[in-house]
Amino acid sequence: MNYTGIRNNETIPISTIPELDYSSFLELNVFTLLNTAGSHCVSYFGFPWFDKIKLICCIAKDEQNSICISSSVIDMKQPLPSFSNYKLVFEKFEREIHENFGINYTDHPWLKPVRFPFNRFDKSSNIANYPFFKIESEELHEVGVGPIHAGIIEPGHFRFICNGEQILHLEIQLGYQHRGVEQLFLDKKKLLQRVVLAENIAGDSAAGHTVAFVNLWESLCKFQPGRDLQLSRTIALELERIAVHTGDLSGMCTDVAYQLGSAVYGRLRTPVINYFQKWCGNRLAKGLVRVGKNNYPITQTLADELLVLFEEYEKDFEEISEELFSLPSTLARFEKTGVVTTEQAALVGTVGMSARMSELKRDIRFSHPHDLYPELRHEPVLRNQGDVYSRGRIRKKEIDQSMGYIRELIQNLPSVEAADQLGNPIPNSFAISLVEGWRGEICHCAITGDNGDLIHYKIKDPSFHNWLAMALAVRNNEISDFPICNKSFDLSYCGHDL
Amino acid sequence: MFNNLKIVLHQGKQYIPDIATAQVPGIFRGRPVISTLNVDEAELVEICPTNAISGNPLSIDLGRCVFCGECALAYPDKIKFTTDYKIATNDRQKLIIAEGKDEPVDLNPELIRKEISSYFSGSLKLRQVCAGGDGSCEMELNACSNVNFDMGRFGIEFVASPRHADGVVITGPITSNMAQPLQICYDAIPEPKIIILAGTDAISGGIFEGSPALDRDFLRKYKIDLYVPGNPIHPLTFINGVLQLIRKRI
Repeated sequence: MNYTGIRNNETIPISTIPELDYSSFLELNVFTLLNTAGSHCVSYFGFPWFDKIKLICCIAKDEQNSICISSSVIDMKQPLPSFSNYKLVFEKFEREIHENFGINYTDHPWLKPVRFPFNRFDKSSNIANYPFFKIESEELHEVGVGPIHAGIIEPGHFRFICNGEQILHLEIQLGYQHRGVEQLFLDKKKLLQRVVLAENIAGDSAAGHTVAFVNLWESLCKFQPGRDLQLSRTIALELERIAVHTGDLSGMCTDVAYQLGSAVYGRLRTPVINYFQKWCGNRLAKGLVRVGKNNYPITQTLADELLVLFEEYEKDFEEISEELFSLPSTLARFEKTGVVTTEQAALVGTVGMSARMSELKRDIRFSHPHDLYPELRHEPVLRNQGDVYSRGRIRKKEIDQSMGYIRELIQNLPSVEAADQLGNPIPNSFAISLVEGWRGEICHCAITGDNGDLIHYKIKDPSFHNWLAMALAVRNNEISDFPICNKSFDLSYCGHDL
Repeated sequence: MFNNLKIVLHQGKQYIPDIATAQVPGIFRGRPVISTLNVDEAELVEICPTNAISGNPLSIDLGRCVFCGECALAYPDKIKFTTDYKIATNDRQKLIIAEGKDEPVDLNPELIRKEISSYFSGSLKLRQVCAGGDGSCEMELNACSNVNFDMGRFGIEFVASPRHADGVVITGPITSNMAQPLQICYDAIPEPKIIILAGTDAISGGIFEGSPALDRDFLRKYKIDLYVPGNPIHPLTFINGVLQLIRKRI
């Protein structure tokens, strides 16, 4: 075997990951493993290994519920043939490896900076001198937007090349949000510090990233979470999905000037996030998910309140949704705007909702289920148009689905068990955790050293894959449709920049 | 049209009538109260992920606290987080809550520049700059203007351009990569202008304090007019804090 097949949330000794020479490593991952629609790259990264770089590639096989891990050790000075030359899905992973360690690729389509991290290899490149793509023409003009945007959102720069009102090309430059999160996971030694870090990776996915971290850490420590822990985590993930999807529908209404929809969805989000506050003291679920313990078990009272909340929410939600998705003025803006075809989605390797709107069946809840998802037998919601309308409809359907799941889960509340003592992480191990956040697949990987402490921590937010899909979606659209395209994807800047 | 009117009718009244006296639901972690009970201080100091707790006498610095609540869970008789959300102040020292003290956090009138009430008491336009914020404070700042909190009724609004703004609201620990855009934005705001730091990340760096990817020089150059603690901030904390700051003073 030239790779190791493992399950979601499994820990293995790092010595059991086969180490291949680079050309076999490329051959294996690009041609043998990545050969069906159900296989996709969930993470590919390098880290210092003695005086060389160890590359680890993780390809998920959705049909077999397994993740294939392989590795290769390379010399930093040796230029390499790129994976991206064959499969574009590796494009950003290799740019990151290049940016961090100075490894050169002989045939990468565009080795541009990813996020200008503080520990980048080439210190002479900085965020003010990003090499934008240019087209020489008297008819075309460029529009630069950001890093600071008109609304209250995170910073990022968008550079459009337009022909009149029409967008020919969009290049997205990120990195403004870089806080050095991955390094801080190594530097901050207390477990609580690391949990709080996970909560602050992306504020709209506090539950998503924290569940990924705690599942990973518990796996590293061989801790088996009880049913009440798994229940709380599953409900937190689904409730976060409902809250953010509702907020996004509000934002989409704002961007097509449907004021009523904006106000109604906006106020419908309030009781959902207030529920998080009743449950754990924070509107965005910070403080809720912890390693090896449950500070806030779901009580019968809390469960009953949730049912009442859904009953009230559903009435108004269905009413406004029926109106939104049948109103000619909104449909004119939603339909056939910002299209990503199935082929394009597969080419760039989109994940989560952005994949499902282009009929790509990618959903960790279905392919690599964790916590209580195996019992729910999740079937992903799919659309096939890949436009703004699809992204809106998927949100609506997923909210309905999530409410159904939560109702099912809280029918029988488990008794709260005294948790086992949490041990220490196993030394010299590799662990991976995949979680389907509301935005898509979140992947955390950890590697421990001789004394069991972290020597590398790798985070991948779904936005890492999906930003390129957004850049493709706006091509040939009017530049005035850019805000609605951007909002309908709602990708994370801080999750990307880390 | 008829459908839309029906929808409006079904919403009922959504706004919070009195922003200053509204109660937050559930177990919100707002201003902590620390009792004078004798406990193992060293252990409490050790629990805190962001060094917000200091010993002898025991205190919590809300400018560093990420409101995880673990200290109160470990020592429930020593530390209690109350639902008092009015924790914004213009005096950095007032954010440090000492043991045995159960007094509201408020603004120090002597530190408020005179021009603030004369220029901004009726209308305040703010430009928001996210400089490494995780999106949570940004969501709560957006929520300030939704139909529930409706900050617009006080003449306080967020605007798209620094040229239209009376001040800047900074979120996030201020990354090196955002240091220059933040400075450019601030310079573009006409005088007189105010600076508000929203969220623990902005006030102290929070969990990101000490990261080599930050550049917080901007904050050393200017006077900060308002600190709004929280992770994220609560809309009621922000709105009440700003109202206190711009209130007409004789």
